[in-house]
Amino acid sequence: MLRYALKRLISLLISLAVASVVIFAVIEVAPGDPASFMLGVNAQEDTLAALRAELGLNGSKVHRYLNWVGGMLVGDFGTSYTYRTPVSQMIADRLWVSLPLALYALTLSTLIAFPAGIYAAARRGKPGDLAVMGATQLGIAVPNFWFAMMLVLIFAINLRWFNAGGFVGWGNGVWAGLHSLTLPAIALALPQAAILARVMRSALLDILGEDFMRTARAKGLSRRQALWRHGVRNALIPVLTIIGLQFSFLLAGSIIIEQVFYLPGLGRLVFQAISARDLIVVESVVMLLVFAVITVNFLVDLAYAAVDPRLRSRT
Amino acid sequence: MSLLRIKDLSLSIHGTSILKQIDLSIDHGQIVAVTGESGSGKSMTALAVMQLLPNGAEVDGTVQLEGEDLLIRSEAEMCALRGASIGMVFQEPMTALNPVKTIGDQVMETILIHKAMPLAQARARAEEVLTRVGLPADRFPLSRYPHELSGGQRQRVVIAMAIALRPKLLIADEPTTALDVTTQAQILDLLKGLVREYDMGLLMITHDLAVVADMADQITVMRHGEVVESGATSYLLHNMQHPYTRMLFEASGHQVTLPKPPQPQPLLEVSQVVREYRLPRKGLFDRPRHHRAVDGVSFTLNRGERLGLVGESGCGKSTLTRAILGLEEVQSGQIRLDAQPVFTGHKPNLAVRRKMQVVFQDPFGSFNPRHRVARLITEPFHLLDTPPTGSDRQDRIAEMLTAVGLSPDDSGKYIHEFSGGQRQRIAIARALIIRPELILFDEAVSALDVSVRAQILDLLAELCEAYDLTYLFISHDLSVVRTVTDRVLVMRSGQIVEQGETDKVFEAPQHPYTQTLIAAAPRLPEIEMISA
Repeated sequence: MLRYALKRLISLLISLAVASVVIFAVIEVAPGDPASFMLGVNAQEDTLAALRAELGLNGSKVHRYLNWVGGMLVGDFGTSYTYRTPVSQMIADRLWVSLPLALYALTLSTLIAFPAGIYAAARRGKPGDLAVMGATQLGIAVPNFWFAMMLVLIFAINLRWFNAGGFVGWGNGVWAGLHSLTLPAIALALPQAAILARVMRSALLDILGEDFMRTARAKGLSRRQALWRHGVRNALIPVLTIIGLQFSFLLAGSIIIEQVFYLPGLGRLVFQAISARDLIVVESVVMLLVFAVITVNFLVDLAYAAVDPRLRSRT
Repeated sequence: MSLLRIKDLSLSIHGTSILKQIDLSIDHGQIVAVTGESGSGKSMTALAVMQLLPNGAEVDGTVQLEGEDLLIRSEAEMCALRGASIGMVFQEPMTALNPVKTIGDQVMETILIHKAMPLAQARARAEEVLTRVGLPADRFPLSRYPHELSGGQRQRVVIAMAIALRPKLLIADEPTTALDVTTQAQILDLLKGLVREYDMGLLMITHDLAVVADMADQITVMRHGEVVESGATSYLLHNMQHPYTRMLFEASGHQVTLPKPPQPQPLLEVSQVVREYRLPRKGLFDRPRHHRAVDGVSFTLNRGERLGLVGESGCGKSTLTRAILGLEEVQSGQIRLDAQPVFTGHKPNLAVRRKMQVVFQDPFGSFNPRHRVARLITEPFHLLDTPPTGSDRQDRIAEMLTAVGLSPDDSGKYIHEFSGGQRQRIAIARALIIRPELILFDEAVSALDVSVRAQILDLLAELCEAYDLTYLFISHDLSVVRTVTDRVLVMRSGQIVEQGETDKVFEAPQHPYTQTLIAAAPRLPEIEMISA
């Protein structure tokens, strides 16, 4: 198990190194000079040169790459071209919104999807299954911003249980923070839960047809016992894969939901930075997201091994 | 009172009649074998006793366990009986165990689910039964996972689960069909021992008449969901009344006569062939280790000769087959057909490849279901520089289909319209259509029912007569190899341990391994066939 974890860790580090080079190279070839963008078209040549020097745009590419990576390792992401504030501070602020939101949504989606998927698989072809499958079909088909607007309409405007948008900050206590993230989290979670429930159902149906399920029944387990004791854990592998993918998506891809609820999250930060040619911010956020995705994959790999002993011994 | 008494059991699934008025009874300490070909309903009979029938099943009649009717029991009552009073062992040991749970947990589950004893005692009992089935805890701790065990060992675990609570009745559905002969002999011995020791009744379902004849007290022969004949083994073997029973026994020991092979003239020469597979490294900086699947194999196959290759699973016979076909490159040694190498550079030599064809084991998986028969059997034409076209092509298709006992009209059909035996005929037609110098039969009759197998063997003998076939017949089934080959190779751990004329090797095996193999193979008793 330890050897397996170590191997995955090494592959994680290699992926990160490769990703940093690719991101740096892509940003380098992107058109537009940040200095002239910041100072406008009428800027003097010498002021431009001074600003370039200040932003560190003059050194060789290798030198700048190493500076960038070295800075990130000690938590220095550089200074935003447009806002003139440390990028690390900007990202940290946004991360405190986006990360809890993603985790919140993922928890909700898992809590909805597991029971729904298992219930549907256990009642394959019966009305319960059809109802769940119909609901998931709807969940996949309806765009999440529409869900978001409906939620605002019902729970914020009519019932007044939640605020329609904005984030109160964690300064007012964890509960208040979570409360203001609830509607966006639900809007994000529903479509994900629909997908996850379907994956759970089909994975479980595959397992239910396996020989060892029949063996379990022959031992005297009831249908339900066999499903819970032998089915669910075996069905987890494909489900874990999807959960990993969904987390990455939730972390960065929630820009529309952030817009609807007016949340200061990572998605909006990237969008603003791209529009403003604030390359250092883009670079840093993208790198951070890559880091998150790779780390999540690493955790999913560890979870695979925890679930399936065959993976542990293979390496 | 009998332990199990099945009376007038009928079963239909979604309106299709599966079983028709089955009668069967088992006493304590008795082994009753139910035998028959696929589709005879023998497995369904077992599942009906367990009340583990598929959805849409309707049963009628009575199934009494010690006088209590099982068919009127509720599902909860049946759950309490399954595993405790009736144990069941299935055919496929590789998939019958949950891969993510330890063998200890799985054996203990049988005990704990019935709340038969507290945890500590259940653990001790699990160790005890695993030791009894030949998996002592010092070598096979309870913490092992199924993937760390071989097929035979897994079947022992399945048996341990089934007998953990000393059931009165054990049902074994083809328990040794997926196992090698030496492992099969051990498992059958284990089952016999358990029946004696626990005074259990054993309902043994098997298609293998040699196994049946060897261990059952009573035999029930089934066909199309009906019992055609039943009786005490020794009596039934000597007084078969029903023609179907007689046909089954005749087909199981079916012999064919091959034409005499011509003067030896080498066709396939295999010399010092080595095929290794790389294993995963133990550590990051370790040297990769290798597994030698084929280890210095040499033999010659003469033109017009029928050569057999026997060995147990994992002995390297499939790897050798793939190497001969040029599907895999070998690390060292030479394979030559007609004095030309099968592999040139790192590519298979097409000029040689077109002289060989192969027939695989699985008649269901080795055809593309979306092509018609005409296209399926003409596939080898791709190997030719100028494939026949037009009426020439039609004639070749018609000739081949007729040769294998089908009709030229079948060329427009799809593969799902054919039975397993017919599919194997089509596979042979596909192999024959370019008139190859050499055909490889890789377990080509192993998946077939005995009566169908007998027909295919007859077909082979006819084709030998008509087309002067040269073939390599790879099989684990010794009785088949014995009748359709002139010479035989015995393979073990990648090496050929014995070779010689088939009859001589079977009558006087020299190598100890060959002796074990032949001794372990269940044999049909010599039966005088009385003409009715």
